[in-house]
Amino acid sequence: MTEEIIIAGFGGQGVLSMGKILAYSGAMQDKEVSWMPSYGPEMRGGTANVSVIISDERISSPIISQFDTAIILNQQSLDKFESSVKPGGVLLYDPNGITNPPKRTDINIYKIAATEKAADLGLAKVFNMIVLGGFLKVKPVVTEEFIEKGLMKSLPERHHGMIPENLKAVQTGKELVQAVHTL
Amino acid sequence: MFNQDIVKPENLVYKRTEVLTDNVMHYCPGCGHGTTHRIIAEVIEEMGIQDKAICVAPVGCSVLAYNYFEVDSLGAAHGRAPALATAIQRLNPDKHTFTYQGDGDLAAIGTAETIHACNRGENIVIIFINNGIYGMTGGQMAPTTLVGMKTATTPYGRNVELNGYPLQITELLAQLPGTYLVTRQSVHTAAAVRKTKKAIRQAFENQKNKKGTSFVEVVSNCNSGWKMPATKANEWMVENMFAKYPIGDIKVDGELVQK
Amino acid sequence: MAKELKLMKGNEAIAEAAIRSGCDGYFGYPITPQSEVMEHLMAEKPWEKTGMVVLQAESETSSINMVYGGAGVGKKVMTSSSSPGISLMQEGLTYLAGAELPAIVVNVVRGGPGLGTIQPSQADYFQATKGGGHGDYQLFVLAPATVQEMYDFVFLGWEIAFKYRNPVMILSDGAIGQVMEKLYVGDYVPRWTDEELRKNAPWASFGKPTDRKHHIITSLELDSAKQELHNHKLQAKYREMEEKEVRFEAINCDDADYIFVAYGSSARIAEKAMQLGKEKGYKIGILRLITLFPFPKKKIAELSTKVKGMLAVEMSAGQMVEDVRLAAEFRCPIEHYGRYGGIIHTPQEVLEALEEKIIKRK
Repeated sequence: MTEEIIIAGFGGQGVLSMGKILAYSGAMQDKEVSWMPSYGPEMRGGTANVSVIISDERISSPIISQFDTAIILNQQSLDKFESSVKPGGVLLYDPNGITNPPKRTDINIYKIAATEKAADLGLAKVFNMIVLGGFLKVKPVVTEEFIEKGLMKSLPERHHGMIPENLKAVQTGKELVQAVHTL
Repeated sequence: MFNQDIVKPENLVYKRTEVLTDNVMHYCPGCGHGTTHRIIAEVIEEMGIQDKAICVAPVGCSVLAYNYFEVDSLGAAHGRAPALATAIQRLNPDKHTFTYQGDGDLAAIGTAETIHACNRGENIVIIFINNGIYGMTGGQMAPTTLVGMKTATTPYGRNVELNGYPLQITELLAQLPGTYLVTRQSVHTAAAVRKTKKAIRQAFENQKNKKGTSFVEVVSNCNSGWKMPATKANEWMVENMFAKYPIGDIKVDGELVQK
Repeated sequence: MAKELKLMKGNEAIAEAAIRSGCDGYFGYPITPQSEVMEHLMAEKPWEKTGMVVLQAESETSSINMVYGGAGVGKKVMTSSSSPGISLMQEGLTYLAGAELPAIVVNVVRGGPGLGTIQPSQADYFQATKGGGHGDYQLFVLAPATVQEMYDFVFLGWEIAFKYRNPVMILSDGAIGQVMEKLYVGDYVPRWTDEELRKNAPWASFGKPTDRKHHIITSLELDSAKQELHNHKLQAKYREMEEKEVRFEAINCDDADYIFVAYGSSARIAEKAMQLGKEKGYKIGILRLITLFPFPKKKIAELSTKVKGMLAVEMSAGQMVEDVRLAAEFRCPIEHYGRYGGIIHTPQEVLEALEEKIIKRK
């Protein structure tokens, strides 16, 4: 199993940390992982993206241009990465602010209204974990047990009190995700 | 009387310090480097810190200073001595790291290193020889060259429009909170030598007490570069250099001294 | 040795390795994409754990000269930077080499020339392996391809640096610096005591005891005859490195028709291209260079007699390829493929380049 993922959205949406938690969880589950961020001035409030690879084998290139899954959190990222999903792959997006939804028919498309849900629940902080939950429902590349371990490892100890809330958000995401188009 | 009748321990009135090596100095006769070397070495001997002293030599006339000090030494790239000294002293807080630098090294190419080492208050001693000229490379303009002074690169005299102003870096460094002692001395008379030695002693004592940066400028002559006999050069120095670079303490115990 | 699993960026791994390898001092200046090295060090406060000194200098010029100072007194000292900053350090590097001082300098390369970009590149190969500063000298150049190697090569770097009294450069790039991967770290190696320092660096200017003459660390020798002798000594040392210290990883090279020669990030991209090529029925191997100086001349010469061609894959306009050609002495076709200026080639592009430039070549 090798899963090559891009997560893309605005800076401040928790894109990088979602990727980190996913990578940590994979590592805890004894998989090979890599996490490769975009970096530089674009991190300052513009778009942010990170490629995460989770694999049973040694990872060759951590730099990838074709993805098994694209997790998309704004229109710019959708425009940029829709075409980079491998045929038969997955595109998961949050419809908030999306004016031109994905059009491809050779991939599986899911949506998750995580922005709206997080606002309803007053849980803006764990918005990204709702999205992560949605992804894990579609592609269970790591199990829940290891998500918890990944959170323990990636969050500083002073934030460990927030782990139950994060796990609950993952559950919420699992329930929230909806298929738009599947093959 | 023969030599062997005179050279006896009981007749000893003066002895060269063992912190200087036996190497014959390459400095021009009448130059202030030799005297300054000697008094630094004497201070090291008197304080009993030869095993702790580490000399950082510059590029300039004193590039070979490490051949004369019988202490462990490093030769720095041009202007970088304070950077070396910063690391050496931080890595060895109980040692006595000192730099020995000329005006081109300290106040032109090494200005950034000098200012930042002083501003961080590195616990080092900086000995700064200011003779207003590049001696080693053959008498070109230094940052401290006086207005009107002729050098190989200011053959018609230093012209402010063309060359800018002489840099009073010592006054500038005194403004920085990291400097604890900033003083300007000379070595052209016996009395001046005694005062300079006292200042250098104070600098090393400050270092022992971890007070921050101690900076001792020695205004010196360059009879070769200035193209005058040594005695004349000293007179010219007193008359012209001291006017721009007045002798005395600028900052003592971390406090600016009123002049 | 107990191994602890971490997930870290390559840059953080450098910093973690510094602390755990008994480094005495790090002196640096921020520059993208390697600023995490010093950030991690400052956050970890190693001065409280091991007594290691960490200092943010006023420039790269100053950092490298702080390294020169620390190395001259026998300490394990290092710095890191990225391309423009490494250019500023060239003065210090030639002095370190000339004065035969051990130190580690990490270059997390970005696209050039000039200020260039902040994205990954391998265009500093010439600078790292052919001098960069003035005079006849060589850095020992290690090219990590993973976060684990970023960590491990700091340990290896100290060994090499002190064994040969020579500066070691870890030539990385923005991708390896920024990527986060699994990293196994070992126990802390204690910093040297004064006694160990005297034993391991007996030449250093650590303060003159009464029983010896003073030590002088310098790269200056006004007598040309003596300076020529010094150069002979340096050259002999470099030849010894070429004899004893060449390191590479040969993947599927034994029965390969084609070879990708690559290092660092490019080697990993080439590995993926190799997998894609295998699906198309090509027998491709990879010679991944670990030491760039000493360069694996013999291995390349040997492979050049067995294969149909080699493709040098590097994120530059073609630098390492020159050394590959020299080593292979035209015994097989050798071509170059690489994107540059901060663009990273894709595995697909690399495979296409192999097909076009070598496989379909008449």
